[in-house]
Amino acid sequence: MADHTSDHTPTGWKRWVYSTNHKDIGIMYLIFAMVAGLVGTAFSVLLRIQLAHPGGTLFGDNYQLYNVVLTAHAVVMVFFLVMPALIGGFGNYFVPLMIGAPDMAFPRMNNISFWLLIPSMLMLIGSSLVDEGAGTGWTLYPPLSMLASHPGMSVDMAIFALHLAGISSILGAINIIVTIFNMRAPGMTLFKMPLFPWSILVTAFLLLLAVPVLGGAITMLLTDRNFGSNFFNPAGGGDPVLYQHLFWFFGHPEVYILILPGFGIISEVVSTFSRKPIFGYLAMVLAMSAIGFLGFIVWAHHMFTVGLSADTTSYYMIATMIIAVPTGVKIFSWLGTMWGGSISFETPMLFAIGFIFMFVVGGVTGVVLSNAAIDIPMQDTYYVVAHFHYVMSVGAVFAIFAGFYYWLGKMSGRVYPEFLGKLHFWTFFIGTNLTFFPQHFLGLSGMPRRIPDYPEVYAGWNYVSSIGSYIAAASTAIFLLMLFLTLKFGKKCPAKQWDGGTTIEWDLPSPPAFHSFDKLPVVK
Amino acid sequence: MGCSLMNKKLLFSALFLLFPAAASAAVEASPNMAKPWQLGMQDAATPVMEQLVWMHNNVLLAMCIGISIFVLALLLYICLRFSRKNNPIPSKTTHNTKLEVIWTTIPILILLVIAIPSLRLHYFMERIVEPELTVKIVGYQWYWGYEYPDNGGIKFDSYMIKDKDLKAGDIRLLSVDNRLVVPVDTKVRLILTGADVIHSFAVPAFGIKRDAIPGRLNETWFKATKTGTFYGQCSELCGVGHGFMPIAIDVVSKENFAKWVAAKTKK
Repeated sequence: MADHTSDHTPTGWKRWVYSTNHKDIGIMYLIFAMVAGLVGTAFSVLLRIQLAHPGGTLFGDNYQLYNVVLTAHAVVMVFFLVMPALIGGFGNYFVPLMIGAPDMAFPRMNNISFWLLIPSMLMLIGSSLVDEGAGTGWTLYPPLSMLASHPGMSVDMAIFALHLAGISSILGAINIIVTIFNMRAPGMTLFKMPLFPWSILVTAFLLLLAVPVLGGAITMLLTDRNFGSNFFNPAGGGDPVLYQHLFWFFGHPEVYILILPGFGIISEVVSTFSRKPIFGYLAMVLAMSAIGFLGFIVWAHHMFTVGLSADTTSYYMIATMIIAVPTGVKIFSWLGTMWGGSISFETPMLFAIGFIFMFVVGGVTGVVLSNAAIDIPMQDTYYVVAHFHYVMSVGAVFAIFAGFYYWLGKMSGRVYPEFLGKLHFWTFFIGTNLTFFPQHFLGLSGMPRRIPDYPEVYAGWNYVSSIGSYIAAASTAIFLLMLFLTLKFGKKCPAKQWDGGTTIEWDLPSPPAFHSFDKLPVVK
Repeated sequence: MGCSLMNKKLLFSALFLLFPAAASAAVEASPNMAKPWQLGMQDAATPVMEQLVWMHNNVLLAMCIGISIFVLALLLYICLRFSRKNNPIPSKTTHNTKLEVIWTTIPILILLVIAIPSLRLHYFMERIVEPELTVKIVGYQWYWGYEYPDNGGIKFDSYMIKDKDLKAGDIRLLSVDNRLVVPVDTKVRLILTGADVIHSFAVPAFGIKRDAIPGRLNETWFKATKTGTFYGQCSELCGVGHGFMPIAIDVVSKENFAKWVAAKTKK
């Protein structure tokens, strides 16, 4: 389909470092995300080894290091795995293909969005290697993150790491919005656009509006620490709670940023493997938009124990509960898509079906937590940890794997071994459930989070949870083996790997040519 | 109580065979704290916690289990009935307005059923009506400070008992040197603040938790209806000692409380 007579595909290191190609940049993001995923998983295994038995000795007496690993685990997983994989990786690679665009609107700015992540991650890792490390949690609450408790450079370096990642995201969001609004192929109205680009579009708006607020909050923290401001210092007229409002104004939309692209992938995978168009397309678009919008007006449900007024917390409770409605619409629409379909159960579909069930489990515990009253005993316990790991580790990560297996053939030109894919799915499914389901019990019975040791009564479920984490971590070895065998020995992948695929990328060769389209595709 | 004792014992014995860690859990637990392998919330010692436990076990947990099983059942049915083998020709249906209205309105109704008692409980918890005793609590790195302004300004600190100093009857990571003492059946108001960083004062059996924030006075209340010793742990990351600044409260009869106040004031 592509004519090579006029383009000169770059070669060597310049092809990657100076890239202006959305597919190459997407691949760099995915490789970066995989490395980060291994790092973040290693951190989580360290934590679970410490917590496998009461009086754990892995960290010795160095509980600051425990807090640093805990912080790094979250920052790496959120900013260096999930966001790069979904938005930078799959977003960059497939949005232009699915809307029939030759590349992103700003191909060179796309490149800097990726390359900013390298110094960002280096800064973050560096922060743990100097001084006392940032042992504040990914939320960086003052006064713990201020000079009295963290006098060294670590918190400042962590702040810079987030600055760089934030700029990367904001520039990426601009790129996505301009691309989707302006570069759709003729005939592709917004309401003919597939659901994955829609999910990325809504995500981009959330990024554009939320990430600058994080930038503001952490810059205020930086000036409090270094330039004599007192935004969050009560002795100087400031308020630690102000930080929490600013952080969570970003933080809540952030979690929707993490899941919305996942929703988009699940829609594509479910439709393809059910051999049926998505049920209720318009409702799906409206639901994603509603979730995105509502996500901006619920942030203080992370602050129910801070001492806000009863009327205020009641508002946040009701607003948060409302989000369950459009989310439910999506779950039922996926079921409605599968209903009457002709379903096959290749690995992407296994991850998608697993996602649907597990996201419901994580979602309903979210509804539980949205009740301001019941949140009081649950806040800062393992119940919250269980909730967000279900929707993120089991939800978003399942969606990432679904997309990975779905599109690996398209991106690499090689078919993955189905047996290993399924083996990976089942071990990861069992591992993550064993890790996180018992944490509901720990939280209900009162075990706080972010502690390196616990009273003997919590030993049982902690041991089960740790075993689960070892199984889940081991499953990454299966994943890496699958990837190696695919790239080295995989069969050649046809253009239409999945007979149920209806979006434009399945009309292109696997992998698509360097410049994907010879002529603009025309959409009827 | 959220879960059946027999189920727990069966589960415990089965798991004991599989998991050596269970051996360490065969520790004699105090009656007023979590038990090994506990599934649900702690036994309530205040009317607020009783209602929280009721709300969770009878409304929220039922909703969670109901919806999860409903979706799981649908998924399993769909995967069997509409597999490629059993349904080689897919339908093209993409709409069903009646269904879409139903699956939008029924969740709204479920949320209403949850929200109404939940809001009522929320306001009950947040309104402090005619407290009988006030205690001031300060969170420090890494211990609690207690003060009784109503009783002549009795003031003392409460440190966790370190592992090497544990005596018989002490609970590792929960026992403290000086417990907070309050009278039973008395509405106690807590005024909280933080001295250095944000801490959080929590007692699961009472259903209370409130952040102790520097530069801010927070308020909460409880009315313990059982005597005994109740435990909690700091619930906001506050540095290296976050896991090691527990809360222990002795709820005593009103007479014993008066005696304790007298003894403390004489010192």
